[in-house]
Amino acid sequence: MPANPFNAHTEYGIGIGLRVPHYRHILANKPVVDWFEIISENFMVDGGRPLEVLDQILEQYRVVQHGVAIYFGSADKFDREHLRRLKRLVKYTQTPWLSDHLCWGSVDGRYTHDLLPMPYTFAVARHTAQKIREARDYLEVPICVENVSSYAEYHVSEMTEWEFLSEVVEQADCGILLDVNNIYVSSQNHNFDPYDYLNNVPHSRVGQIHIAGHSKFEKYILDTHDHPVLEPVWKMYAHAINLCGNTATLLEWDDRIPSFEEVHNEALKANQFRDNIVASSQTNK
Amino acid sequence: MQRAMAGALFRPLTNDWNMQSKWNDGRPMEQFAAEFIKPNDRLSSFDRLEIYNRQYWFRILDCLYDDYPGLLAVVGEEQFLKLATAYLTKYQSDSYTLRNLGDRLEKFLLDEPHWTEPHQALAIDMVRFEWAQVVAFDGPAKPVVTPDDLIDTPPDKLRLGLQPYLSILKLDYPVDDFLIAVKKDADSLRGEASNAMNSAPSAHRESTQIPLPQPEVTYLAVHRFDNMLYFKRLEPEGHIILEALAAGSTLEAACVQAVERSTRTNPDWQALIKEWFDNWAALGWFCRR
Repeated sequence: MPANPFNAHTEYGIGIGLRVPHYRHILANKPVVDWFEIISENFMVDGGRPLEVLDQILEQYRVVQHGVAIYFGSADKFDREHLRRLKRLVKYTQTPWLSDHLCWGSVDGRYTHDLLPMPYTFAVARHTAQKIREARDYLEVPICVENVSSYAEYHVSEMTEWEFLSEVVEQADCGILLDVNNIYVSSQNHNFDPYDYLNNVPHSRVGQIHIAGHSKFEKYILDTHDHPVLEPVWKMYAHAINLCGNTATLLEWDDRIPSFEEVHNEALKANQFRDNIVASSQTNK
Repeated sequence: MQRAMAGALFRPLTNDWNMQSKWNDGRPMEQFAAEFIKPNDRLSSFDRLEIYNRQYWFRILDCLYDDYPGLLAVVGEEQFLKLATAYLTKYQSDSYTLRNLGDRLEKFLLDEPHWTEPHQALAIDMVRFEWAQVVAFDGPAKPVVTPDDLIDTPPDKLRLGLQPYLSILKLDYPVDDFLIAVKKDADSLRGEASNAMNSAPSAHRESTQIPLPQPEVTYLAVHRFDNMLYFKRLEPEGHIILEALAAGSTLEAACVQAVERSTRTNPDWQALIKEWFDNWAALGWFCRR
């Protein structure tokens, strides 16, 4: 739902990811943007330009943190230094909620720097939920976990991805960052109906939505974040907000990044679907 | 299972950017991959694991290309790719951030000099210089000392600290001038988010044929000011003073060392040292120890 415990009962609109090529434009022109999503790890540093930029952004805008390296699904215990720095940043930005991925990516203290898919088993769900609870208790901020796009499935899996996601978030009592593009990418790579996914996750736990572009190859689709959002993803987005309500939405564009205006205009296309929700809810009153 | 999959990702790609065909124990990789990864109607287990294997290497090689353009220009792209692959195979990332990916590169090149022959000394200088830039970009800063902080401490008791983000280097080559000629995008953050890597690091990043520098002892400070990255040439005596302060010498002892080791004839030491300290203090280099 739009405002819920998992996004700290906020009503955020359309946001975009804060990216280096846009710093100068944003700081000079101060465009009207509802909120920015920052990559936590880029600002978990001790000083210098990243923190200077962050300070200036925080003076003008609302910021939500999105991480890429907690690795809730890794069998490893948490990297305590990582969590300590993350908590320092959470206090600094006052992010109303924090997101990271439902994935693994490190083994025995060695990092792949990738978002690797989980084996969908009940044991792994328990382990992952426990780690999410541990992180939330330490960080003292609501957590939303994001479904990743994937290119492989495991023999050991005992359930579908959406059943696994539901199992984890129910056990962890956390939110979902529903990445609609990732669902589409995975549905094409693994031959499932993306609407089955959208229809069967706990909508009341969706605290944020991601949309993005992807790249098609001959035999699979890659989640490259280097294109505008494609039509099937917009259709899924419309369906998602019908189910979840006008949830905070962010456009990811991380490679071949065009001008700020182009990225922002692409993100604002989401408003046409959000306006439909408002219109239909007023009609029903 | 996570160990098995990560082990597969950490293994280098072939020269054609494909996954190796055999696993560590000699089994076909297809057989190994099929033990834990399902095939689908378009891709075998091998194909699916290969997507992740490629993305891992494209991502981390891309990071080294970004952070070490000077080293790349010294050894050439073909050799850079070989040494980067060997380095990342020996030293897998042990940090949540790609910022630290090159933190053992100097040690690696010292231990395995054949990767940079016949330019080993230049390559080592360049790696030290480029790592110093990583530190200067986002390293910690301590409160700057002010004249009021120092007023009651005599020079023979005064010990100044240097900012943690500041590196003082003595190099055998003028790598600063060389890097300026080859580096175009010095000041950027690392990989942004969760996007997949769909291509290998590209050759267009290699510098054009800039002549390698001739040996010339070079004293450099790598620092930041107003959060911009700078390299500053130092006088030999200035380098001695800063090194001594960093090692814990008193202000007086550091200056005495510099004067005693200097080859200058009849300089006005008082004026010189005052000028240097005024400049360094204005740049905010001094902090409490």
